[in-house]
Amino acid sequence: MTVYLPIAELSVNVFIILGMGAAVGFLSGMFGVGGGFLITPLLIFYNIPPVVAVATGANQVVASSVSGSITHFRRGTLDVKLGSMLLIGGLCGATVGVWLFTLLRSIGQLDLIISLLYVILLSTVGGLMLKESISAIRRTARNETIPLRRPGHHNWVHRLPLKMRFKKSKLYLSVIPIIALGFAIGILTSVMGVGGGFIMVPAMIYLLRIPTNVVVGTSLFQIIFVTAYTTIVQAATNYSVDIVLAFILMLAGVIGAQYGVRVGQKLRGEQLRALLALLVLAVGIRLAIGLVVRPEDLFSVAVGGLGY
Amino acid sequence: MRAALLASLVVFCAGAALAQTPPLAVSPDAQGKPRTLQENIEIGASTNEISIASDFRGADFTMFGALNNADQLLLAIGQYDIVVTLEGPNEYTTVRKKSRVAGIWINTSAITFAPLPESYSMASTRNINDIASPGTLKAMGLGVEHLPLNSAVFSGVPDNVYDFQEAYRRLKLASGIYRNDTTGVRLERTGLFWATLRLPANVPNGVHTARAYLFKSGMPVAQRELKLRVVKTGMEQAITNAAHQTPVVYGILCVLTAVITGWGASLLFRRD
Repeated sequence: MTVYLPIAELSVNVFIILGMGAAVGFLSGMFGVGGGFLITPLLIFYNIPPVVAVATGANQVVASSVSGSITHFRRGTLDVKLGSMLLIGGLCGATVGVWLFTLLRSIGQLDLIISLLYVILLSTVGGLMLKESISAIRRTARNETIPLRRPGHHNWVHRLPLKMRFKKSKLYLSVIPIIALGFAIGILTSVMGVGGGFIMVPAMIYLLRIPTNVVVGTSLFQIIFVTAYTTIVQAATNYSVDIVLAFILMLAGVIGAQYGVRVGQKLRGEQLRALLALLVLAVGIRLAIGLVVRPEDLFSVAVGGLGY
Repeated sequence: MRAALLASLVVFCAGAALAQTPPLAVSPDAQGKPRTLQENIEIGASTNEISIASDFRGADFTMFGALNNADQLLLAIGQYDIVVTLEGPNEYTTVRKKSRVAGIWINTSAITFAPLPESYSMASTRNINDIASPGTLKAMGLGVEHLPLNSAVFSGVPDNVYDFQEAYRRLKLASGIYRNDTTGVRLERTGLFWATLRLPANVPNGVHTARAYLFKSGMPVAQRELKLRVVKTGMEQAITNAAHQTPVVYGILCVLTAVITGWGASLLFRRD
């Protein structure tokens, strides 16, 4: 059964899109990530124009983040003040990102930058996660206890000015790294169509030393607003959000996520992280191969002139 | 008096027939007899509007027509040929070429061509290269091989414009948006003809132009055209309009859809 996508202006097989959404939803439920970093490359592999894939990916992340954050909101495992600071950075970043996106699109290097960013981010984050989770698995195997965070252990981040007190997180921290982190994630959201949870969560834990119990809720809080904002801005500037595509993806995605959560609960944390790391690395490597292998056709055709 | 009137009528008729005699472009027929009437064609189409709905998978467009004042002998020996084209809206089109920079394949040069039809379907009674000479086709800009690919803007150092032109044709044909059917037109002995052109699922929206060309012994003698509108209908139309005319509202609606879907799913699958 095919369905016509009014914004992408092409027909797709609805079952392939449903399958993609369900598979990514399953994985995102299992690992607790939004899945944007999987959806956007998959859509591009399936010949959806990158412009539409990125904007629609951001819209899909809104749904999966809302779905994932309801529990956190109910239990109150989020720091609204910290989330709002991240959000300020995120909204600025998303605005700059959409502008960058339009610029890159006009000079014909958008696909390259999207692929490059994905390769760099996915291989870095995947590599770090894999290293960390393997050493955690080894520690558990040797029955070692995980070294606790020493109170009073500070890194350079904690010496920055403009400090602010975050009661919920029990932190006294400069707003500069928080806003900077939000800003960076905001750019990624609008250029790559990702929520950025897979970068933000490790950064919050390892760099800002935010307690793990509020990290996921807070990052989801920020992601919902930044992806929602990005969707609206992309719709307004590039007219590239395809609601039909997004709806099919999110419908399959939120259902897949429910089953993913159940499977995820049966696995141990470090095993989950190792699997996620492998998945992230695999997507990164697949994209890297696409960049370095000589393409089948050196030429490409696009409607529109240079500098339009 | 009556004879004079009759005579003047004959003279008048002869004059009218003379006025119909074609200019030199039309060669005398096989017997070398002077022609009395110029061939022309009448065309009609199965539809003047193709609508794109949610189950759109491409469409067929049928053009039919009649050849008037045809020389029966020439028709019988296949000296008449019909070529039918359907051209999509004209747009600037850019061809980019990748090359290896620091181990990575990057778009390094590009040529933008002056407006070309976004889609192009052609059908003919036989291969157009057998119908007319390359020079004639080139002058008419008829056929994928002969579309006027005029470079408008260069970027980088496009080493060879010909490669870009060739790549344009190859990629457009490969994607199915340009088509060439050498047997798509049937011309009957009665002078009636019809052609079926396939529109792919990714056919551009807008006003398309269908043209029929009549060739006689390799020379174009008549041409007709009609317009075909390709429009999105129903929900597809509503979505496209909303996305382009009220983009902010549309964006907010997209977000609301996502919020409701996400929220609904978590309510539906709630287990506490």
